[in-house]
Amino acid sequence: MSAMRGGVIARVVRYELRDVIKSRWLLGYALFVLLTTDALLRFGGGGTRALLSLTNVVLLLVPLVSTVFGTMYLYNAREFTELLLAQPVRRDELYAGLYLGLALPLALGFLGGLLVPFAYHGVDDASQWRLLATLALTGVALTCVFVALAFAIALRTEDRARGLGVAIAVWLLFSLLYDGLVLLGVMLLGDYPLERPLIAAMLANPIDLARVLLIMQFDVSALMGYTGAVFEKFFGNGGMAVAITALAAWVAAPVLLGARAFRKRDF
Amino acid sequence: MIEIAGLVKRYGRLPVLQGVNLRIARGRVTAIVGPNGAGKTTLIKTILGLSRADGGRVVLDGVQLNGGVDYRARVGYMPQIARFPENLTAAELLRLLKELRASTDHGRGTPDEELIDRFALGPQLDKPLRTLSGGTRQKVNAVMAFLFRPELLILDEPTAGLDPVASSVLKDKIHAERRAGLTVVLTSHLMGEVDELADDIAFLLEGRVRFAGALDELKAATRQATLERAIARLMTQEAA
Repeated sequence: MSAMRGGVIARVVRYELRDVIKSRWLLGYALFVLLTTDALLRFGGGGTRALLSLTNVVLLLVPLVSTVFGTMYLYNAREFTELLLAQPVRRDELYAGLYLGLALPLALGFLGGLLVPFAYHGVDDASQWRLLATLALTGVALTCVFVALAFAIALRTEDRARGLGVAIAVWLLFSLLYDGLVLLGVMLLGDYPLERPLIAAMLANPIDLARVLLIMQFDVSALMGYTGAVFEKFFGNGGMAVAITALAAWVAAPVLLGARAFRKRDF
Repeated sequence: MIEIAGLVKRYGRLPVLQGVNLRIARGRVTAIVGPNGAGKTTLIKTILGLSRADGGRVVLDGVQLNGGVDYRARVGYMPQIARFPENLTAAELLRLLKELRASTDHGRGTPDEELIDRFALGPQLDKPLRTLSGGTRQKVNAVMAFLFRPELLILDEPTAGLDPVASSVLKDKIHAERRAGLTVVLTSHLMGEVDELADDIAFLLEGRVRFAGALDELKAATRQATLERAIARLMTQEAA
């Protein structure tokens, strides 16, 4: 029985993949990442500096594209979803299929755009390999997080313009506003010990989590002063495992939230 | 074949179905008619499990529907709007459905692809769905509804968007399958079409069934010669 159920997910993924991979938007996204990576490698002065610049691209662009793509895809696939739900298919399986069928090509588009230029420009040494691998993995993780958030929002919002608005607001919150709020808090409460609250704040935002994971690989954390020291200490004491677990939880939570909304929803 | 009792559905605070009671007979064509917003599509979607009722029950062949999905192996559905993934072809879409049904299709025989020939869809099958006209996509939609030799066929405004030739082809197909024992539930705004296709009629108004019975009974009850006038009569009676 379970083999058959898994079969449903795999089939939905395969055909959705075939659809999404031919989309001009996905091609544009992969090309943009590729051209940016290539340009940074060519003119950015060395692989490590290119990687550092790419960090910012990954932290801003990947969540934005995943959010917008995820929201629009789900609204556009409404009739397709209806059609598949009229087949003898369980909702959980269909949801898993729809989610993987979009997160997978987006992750592949990003990976292709990132890795292809490195393939022909070359990677200098082991530390650069480690940076590149971290960048690739955090990019994939952020894709999974924000596609799931987009799905969860789109499934709870009937109106597509409103759904897209809410999804972009969530992206804005996590990528820009959040840091400002944390900084404000630090300024206001500067007289108190803030190590633990700061680490909690970092874990509560997937983009910050990814940023810290990346920065920690670059040996530039000394430049980050107080916060850097806090994180250095945290990651020295098994914090890396905590951070990776937190990122995994950030993928799982919105996926489950979306699955619940999908189960209850009227199509 | 289907017994619907006390079916209630609200969208937020808006009541759509307010206690629908209806029996749909096996081997007959039942048309659900009523003005826009009467709840026709919602009723159909509740039978399919696409919408979840807030109250009441749907019983199919003596088994109450409770969220299980296996019964849909016996059901064909043609939705009102034919929008599919843009970059897939019709052939790919049909293959996906066949693969999805493969494990539940015990002894249903080969897929029924008669409509592909009748609609002359062959040359369109390998083009991306986004390049097909609305009418052609609606034909693909119809093909999918009949594909798995269903026992129950549910059609939501089946001929909307079809040209007269395609519309006739579809109606002939419905007649032929009805003679072979298929149960059909359809919605329509075209009274001529209902007159041509349906054995029974259910008139839905503001979320309740105001009349259910054979076409002739409705005409006799309202003392009207045509279905259109009989329905108009029902609606004005309700308004009065």
